[in-house]
Amino acid sequence: MKKLIVAFLLATAPLLGLAAGGGVHLDDADIDLGDQASLQRGAKYFMNYCLSCHSAKYQRYNRMAKDLGLTKDEVVQNLMFTTDKIGNTMNIAMTAEQGTEWFGSPPPDLSVISRARGVDWIYTYLRSFYLDDKRPFGVNNLVFPDVGMPHVLWELQGAQKAVFKLEKGAGGNDVQVFDHFEPVTQGTVSAEEYDQVARDLTAFLSYIGEPIQMERKRLGVWVLLFIAVFFVMAYLLKKEYWKDVH
Amino acid sequence: MSMMKNFMGWIDDRYPMTKVWNEHLAEYYAPKNFNFWYFMGSLAMLVLVIQILTGVWLAMSYKPDAELAFGSVEYIMRDVDWGWLIRYMHSTGASAFFIVIYLHMFRGLMYGSYRKPRELLWIIGVIIYLAMMATAFFGYLLPWGQMSYWGAQVIVNLFSAVPVIGPDLGVWVRGDYVISDATLNRFFALHFLVPFVLAALVFIHIIALHKVGSNNPDGIEIKKGPKGNRWDDKAPADGIPFHPYYSVKDIAGVAGFLFLFAAAVFFAPEMGGYFIEHPNFEPANPLKTPEHIAPVWYFTPFYAILRAVPSIAGSAFPGVVAMFASILIMFFLPWLDRSPVKSIRYKGTLYKVMLWLFAINFIILGYLGTQPTTDLYKLMAQIGTIYYFAFFLLMPIYSKMDKTKPVPERVTE
Repeated sequence: MKKLIVAFLLATAPLLGLAAGGGVHLDDADIDLGDQASLQRGAKYFMNYCLSCHSAKYQRYNRMAKDLGLTKDEVVQNLMFTTDKIGNTMNIAMTAEQGTEWFGSPPPDLSVISRARGVDWIYTYLRSFYLDDKRPFGVNNLVFPDVGMPHVLWELQGAQKAVFKLEKGAGGNDVQVFDHFEPVTQGTVSAEEYDQVARDLTAFLSYIGEPIQMERKRLGVWVLLFIAVFFVMAYLLKKEYWKDVH
Repeated sequence: MSMMKNFMGWIDDRYPMTKVWNEHLAEYYAPKNFNFWYFMGSLAMLVLVIQILTGVWLAMSYKPDAELAFGSVEYIMRDVDWGWLIRYMHSTGASAFFIVIYLHMFRGLMYGSYRKPRELLWIIGVIIYLAMMATAFFGYLLPWGQMSYWGAQVIVNLFSAVPVIGPDLGVWVRGDYVISDATLNRFFALHFLVPFVLAALVFIHIIALHKVGSNNPDGIEIKKGPKGNRWDDKAPADGIPFHPYYSVKDIAGVAGFLFLFAAAVFFAPEMGGYFIEHPNFEPANPLKTPEHIAPVWYFTPFYAILRAVPSIAGSAFPGVVAMFASILIMFFLPWLDRSPVKSIRYKGTLYKVMLWLFAINFIILGYLGTQPTTDLYKLMAQIGTIYYFAFFLLMPIYSKMDKTKPVPERVTE
């Protein structure tokens, strides 16, 4: 019987690997939510590049100010373009109908996009636009094929093309597999600096996905410590009572 | 002291307070050899209380409206004071409830807690499990995310697969031709109601338990053993008063459980997409079907069984029957086990292998239910389904064939 179980496990083990794969390789976003400067830069990029087509309609400006260590004046003067009330959420003027007309489908709200897609996906997505004549805006994306969005950060990154290579597929046919990106035009920042821009933006999206997350983990340590002490007390109490039984 | 005595006397003349306290706690004699597995019952009650309390507070800010539901959950997460904690306790509590109950049920399987005279206790337990599944199913629609929506769509479509009355039945359940605002409203009403039915069933479960007395890891009836212990000379010799011995022990169990529970709530509330699925952070969109729809982990073993059964003439009805049968078959368990002993400790190798394979098989089915179907996964799910039913249906044969060990007179330490 044991042999059978081992045989079964051996037979199924490679499948688990297969199931985990699939799709494009995602790069590690390596964000640090404790780095307020990074979050503040991310907020700046978000307000300037994203928040005219995409909303973040569950995130309030004043909550962001508090959590990112910014004063209300700083936010009002530098980061608030879509409203004049700091207690408001991050809405946009563009309607869903306009979005559909201009981009094929309305750009999604980004409040919790980091929780739907994961931070690595967003980080890779922001760095994976490449030139493609077949698309309306002249660019495509490796992790989101045929995306309706233009490469909004192209000025920073510059244009790049994707180089594919031929590989033998599962059926024995040749398939196009992504190999690497090749810069076509120079952006205003270097490749390393652009990665940092993508990382800052990803960190900010992760923050607005769940503004409480840092506080939650900080508090969690104390909760666990309290319960651990409580457990010791409860265990000793039990031992004391159970002296009668044994 | 005498004032207290007078007060209790006044109460007892009008309500059997002291009598109930003694019968169910201070003079309820439980076997003294409970092990780890016997924490699960009290923990399940704790989780039920957590779910009801956090649920009521969530309902104070939640909006059961297709336009507002998704946003109201984010409102709770961001703007309601401590709303995030209440919400995560509730979402983690749902999974914790099923973990605790699956362990509780497996305890019953191991130690034969469903055998005579506890058949009715077991049956009430299965009804509780059904009520739990219904509650969880209704509740999962409420966040109104993509997985809420499409998960409900898939499950309600099962009713539509019933021959003849199916399509009408589906419309009746949804209140519409697709999952819609009407469905959300009624699911909210039912999600609020069923937990109170659940609480009543738990009460009945405990009344039944205290009538027959608790089983134990040795599967020995302490009531049939020698009498007389240090508290009462007519009580079972191997029994100890539930209070204070098991009440203090259960408090330690509660602390251990809360440590794990808080670790999940504070450090991994999504649990890698198992407790809260990632696609559920996209608002429900009736026009956009997700690539892969999977129910939450606690339903996936049954979902795997559903998908494993081939459809006949394009109807998924056989799969639906198999899925419901896989749960309803549990009702018959007390009469399927023909072993002369109750506990796994005194059962033979054959039964032990069957039981452990059943547990492993259940987990494998659960994994398969989360994955997209491939030919090989489908075959594995089919083998798993056959084994699942074979475990129950062949039990009268293998439990009888099994070589058992002699059961001692008294419980072991």
